[in-house]
Amino acid sequence: MIQAADVSWRYGATPVIDSVSVAALPGRVLGLIGPNGSGKTTLLRLLYGALRSPTGRVTVDSDGLQSLSPRESALRMAVVVQETGGETALTVAEMVLLGRGPHLSTFQRTGPADHEIAARSLARVGATHLGPRPFSGLSGGERQRVLIARALAQQATHLLLDEPTNHLDIRYQHEVLGLVRGLGTCSIVVLHDLNLAARYCDDLVLLGDGGVVAAGTVDEVLDPAILEPVYGIGIKRLDLDGHLHLLFHPFTQEAA
Amino acid sequence: MQDVLGVSAQRRRTTLWLAGLIVGLVVTGVIAVGTGAIAIGPATVARILVHQLFGLGDVTWTPPQEAIVWQVRFPRVLLGVLVGAGLAVCGVALQAMVRNVLADPYLLGINSGASSGAAAAILFGAGAGFGQYALSTSAFLGALAASLLVFLIARSGGRVTSIRLLLAGVAVGYALYATTSFLIFASGSAEGARSVIFWLLGSLGLARWDGLLAIAAVVIGGTAVYLTIVGRRLDALAVGDETAHTLGVNPDRFRMRLLVIVSLCVGVLVSASGSIGFVGLVVPHLARRLVGAPHVRVVPVAALLGAILLVWADVIARVLLAPQEIPIGIITALLGAPFLLILIRRLHAGGSA
Repeated sequence: MIQAADVSWRYGATPVIDSVSVAALPGRVLGLIGPNGSGKTTLLRLLYGALRSPTGRVTVDSDGLQSLSPRESALRMAVVVQETGGETALTVAEMVLLGRGPHLSTFQRTGPADHEIAARSLARVGATHLGPRPFSGLSGGERQRVLIARALAQQATHLLLDEPTNHLDIRYQHEVLGLVRGLGTCSIVVLHDLNLAARYCDDLVLLGDGGVVAAGTVDEVLDPAILEPVYGIGIKRLDLDGHLHLLFHPFTQEAA
Repeated sequence: MQDVLGVSAQRRRTTLWLAGLIVGLVVTGVIAVGTGAIAIGPATVARILVHQLFGLGDVTWTPPQEAIVWQVRFPRVLLGVLVGAGLAVCGVALQAMVRNVLADPYLLGINSGASSGAAAAILFGAGAGFGQYALSTSAFLGALAASLLVFLIARSGGRVTSIRLLLAGVAVGYALYATTSFLIFASGSAEGARSVIFWLLGSLGLARWDGLLAIAAVVIGGTAVYLTIVGRRLDALAVGDETAHTLGVNPDRFRMRLLVIVSLCVGVLVSASGSIGFVGLVVPHLARRLVGAPHVRVVPVAALLGAILLVWADVIARVLLAPQEIPIGIITALLGAPFLLILIRRLHAGGSA
């Protein structure tokens, strides 16, 4: 469980996140949604400690994030960031094996067990065949899957993903999020696509204007009455085959 | 389990390269010690060295041969090994720290500081109180001052970012280069200017059995071992700060620690040999070509490669215009530039494939 209470962040004089509180519950997938610039990524970075909030506090399984060593926090949180490291000369297999780092002592090198975990993680994202290839030679979508494999190989108790569906084609968008959901670990996912959020998240936090506009279950948050003013677009909600779908239409068109 | 990831194959490959390079280094050392105005056969050199190092074998050589091998040439080759290895591993570390393949050990302006110190010592007798160590001490103090300056400029809010480090290093480097030039200009001594320039281009001529060699051995050896041990963390840092953070490495603290260690190492090796260019830039790339990118493998391979290359460069520097000695920096640059061009061509070929 990851909890943030009253965290804030500002870039220069502009507050991006202003006294925000969120909680990711055990075994559930929490989605962070909101329009561009609403601070989704910033909030995620506050949660995994890349940014240190001047106010409030973040706790992971009720231990303060500040009190955890970098290694301890890497054992608790695996993160898929948007920084791809495309310049590196590492191979895909070596990239995934980096995820085993937090489990190894300084003088220890990766052993057969680590290699098996890495190989399994690659297989889960359908990237086994990429193993010996140089990471820098992959397409955007392939890189994204490899980074997810690295996070899986890290075997942390929490998984945080910053727009993991970026660069992925429609099939892998669903496969990757289905995979995250199937893990059953406490996960936090920043998502752009509200329909993906509807299908694969349990809970949602909608950000807008530096603060939380709405928080709750998917059903509660994905309410056109809540979403429309935040995104500035007309929304129609359908329940189809037991799944919630959102259709979008510009306000102007509707008026005309 | 099958070696799906190719890790075992890579490890075997690395072991083979390491073994091959160690043999290469020993052979290089023996040939380099035997080469010079008075040539001494490899067998004799090997017997003298074994005798001196391990006290084995009967004396079948003349005392002058022993003096040349043990007192003159072996310390020089040893210094070449140390400086070559040091430059290579510092180059590896800096390329990871600033994530730039063009980074080299002189990026931080440390050599410019050492040059200013050396110029002050040669031209104005600075550090005369240190006796035989006047030049190297003065150079080291210059290097130390330069690294402190870079460090203070690059640091903001307790962090040192890659880009600030790069810019601070370049700025301090240029400022101290100007200082050195001004010292040469102000001294008005043509002979002094010549010695300073010779020193600037690098030379292993200062090598003898003294404290400096011992310090160089400890610092450079320590740096190479440390960088190998933290190899995995270097891998993470080389991918990116954010990635390093999520893999349990505090990028700011780690980069700061690397900065201190690398500055010390570069300071020591520049004080001992002047600025020998290109080794620290080219060797890391070569090492990566041989054994791939993970630093646990790159650091030791780069150290051995750097050592071998620098010793050969020194042999060429001594022999080419004998009895005149060419500054070794000229040789390394002449050899290094084409190497770099080949690497760039390969890089492009690989990228478009």
